[in-house]
Amino acid sequence: MIVSAIDVDKLMLMAQQMSQGVATTLSLFILTLLFAMPLGLLVSFGRMSKNVIVRNVTKFYISVMRGTPLMLQLLVVYFGPYLLFGITISPSYRFPAAVISFSINYAAYFAEIYRSGIESMPAGQYEAANVLGYGKGQTFFKIIFPQVVKRILPSVTNEIITLVKDTSLAFAIAVLEVFTIAKQIASAQTSMVPYVAAGIFYYLFNYLVAFIMERVERKLNYYH
Amino acid sequence: MSVLSMKNIFKSFQNLDVLKDISLEVSEGEVVAVIGPSGSGKSTLLRCATFLESVDAGQVAYLGEAVDFRKKASIQRAKGCFGLVFQNFNLFPHYSVLKNIMDAPVTVQKRNKSEVYQQAIQLLDKLGLADRTDAYPCQLSGGQQQRVSIARALAMNPKILFFDEPTSALDPELTGEVLKVIRSLAREHMTMVIVTHEMAFAREVADRVIFMDGGIIVEEGTPKEVFDQPRQERTRQFLRNYSGL
Ligand SMILES: Nc1ncnc2c1ncn2[C@@H]1O[C@H](COP(=O)(O)OP(=O)(O)OP(=O)(O)O)[C@@H](O)[C@H]1O
Ligand SMILES: [Mg+2]
Repeated sequence: MIVSAIDVDKLMLMAQQMSQGVATTLSLFILTLLFAMPLGLLVSFGRMSKNVIVRNVTKFYISVMRGTPLMLQLLVVYFGPYLLFGITISPSYRFPAAVISFSINYAAYFAEIYRSGIESMPAGQYEAANVLGYGKGQTFFKIIFPQVVKRILPSVTNEIITLVKDTSLAFAIAVLEVFTIAKQIASAQTSMVPYVAAGIFYYLFNYLVAFIMERVERKLNYYH
Repeated sequence: MSVLSMKNIFKSFQNLDVLKDISLEVSEGEVVAVIGPSGSGKSTLLRCATFLESVDAGQVAYLGEAVDFRKKASIQRAKGCFGLVFQNFNLFPHYSVLKNIMDAPVTVQKRNKSEVYQQAIQLLDKLGLADRTDAYPCQLSGGQQQRVSIARALAMNPKILFFDEPTSALDPELTGEVLKVIRSLAREHMTMVIVTHEMAFAREVADRVIFMDGGIIVEEGTPKEVFDQPRQERTRQFLRNYSGL
């Protein structure tokens, strides 16, 4: 009886700590998407710019973001201010540092997805809009972009699912998200349970993502 | 009155001269058919007239006003004068039939929505699409799509309508319904320039026929003159490929 009471206490504490981690992981996930998706569009414009300098600078940015480990980028963004400029970094910078790293990294991936979608649009759509007198912005946001969204949705879904799992990399700078906390509890209690719980969490999270994205895809299926 | 005036137009791609000193006047109510072999520059001529291509030299004027290609406002004003019907329709697939027709008049011309709606319904009715207002382009046959694209162009109230082979992408049994629409527009004296390979149709509907080859206008005249008594050997040669005229 006593043993099981302790177990219940342990489990309660674990659940409470884990739920804090869940909140952190969710905020990290949502904020990253919120910043990375529009930023990616901007980057894709830069990548397709007529200006050679803008185009090459963006191309370099994308290749660095995609060509180096996200974990390394996290460490650079977190420790960079101190190592480069001697600015003391407080633990409260951990979460923002993670959001920044994830955002600039995912923006690069989203940019390439947007670009592939935009470049796959037939010239006739631009020409029809042009002859009808639509301006450049109107043509892009009314005619081109909605069709691009439909085309790139499967790749975007992939990217979002990867992001769910990538949030766990924030453990590298001790952001208290699900994985970091699971790891702490697991070593404190020498138990597998926290890892299993974390695994179930990521799996369910991605199940939900896939479910929602499938809904969105179906919603856009009214034309092809 | 001259609706379109193109003077001494030159256009080349890299080192390929596609239009070599082309001049073309179209007056109000006139229907001009442009014929000629593949690669002769017919599409390029329409694309230059509609600013999808820039000209290397020469002048384009709409309603007597010369277009100043350095000024956006001048180009935008001229764009309000014409419509273009593409070979492959280029409808907006994510918009319904009604929205395809209404969107540009409302967002570009900033016209009153209910007035545009009335006009769109009238156009659809006239073009035999009254029951397809809520359909999406992918749910329509090629002939229906092309009629929608004609309605989309007409909803802008253009002074002149260009057609680039409007029936070439259609199955033979669907060309008739599109030609019928163009024919009825001709009867209403809509000013039109039609690039076509349908010789019988050109002869029937056009006031003037232009034969292009190698980037120049080789011959022009009434359908009777061009089809029955072509003066140029090249015209004769070209027409020989189209028997049964
Ligand atoms: N954007 C372009 N770049 C390079 N060459 C081009 C371009 N557009 C057209 N051309 C070339 O210009 C020539 C004339 O083309 P155009 O499309 O005007 O001919 P057309 O008379 O419309 O032919 P068709 O009856 O086959 O439609 C062709 O040799 C074509 O390959
Ligand atoms: Mg052509």
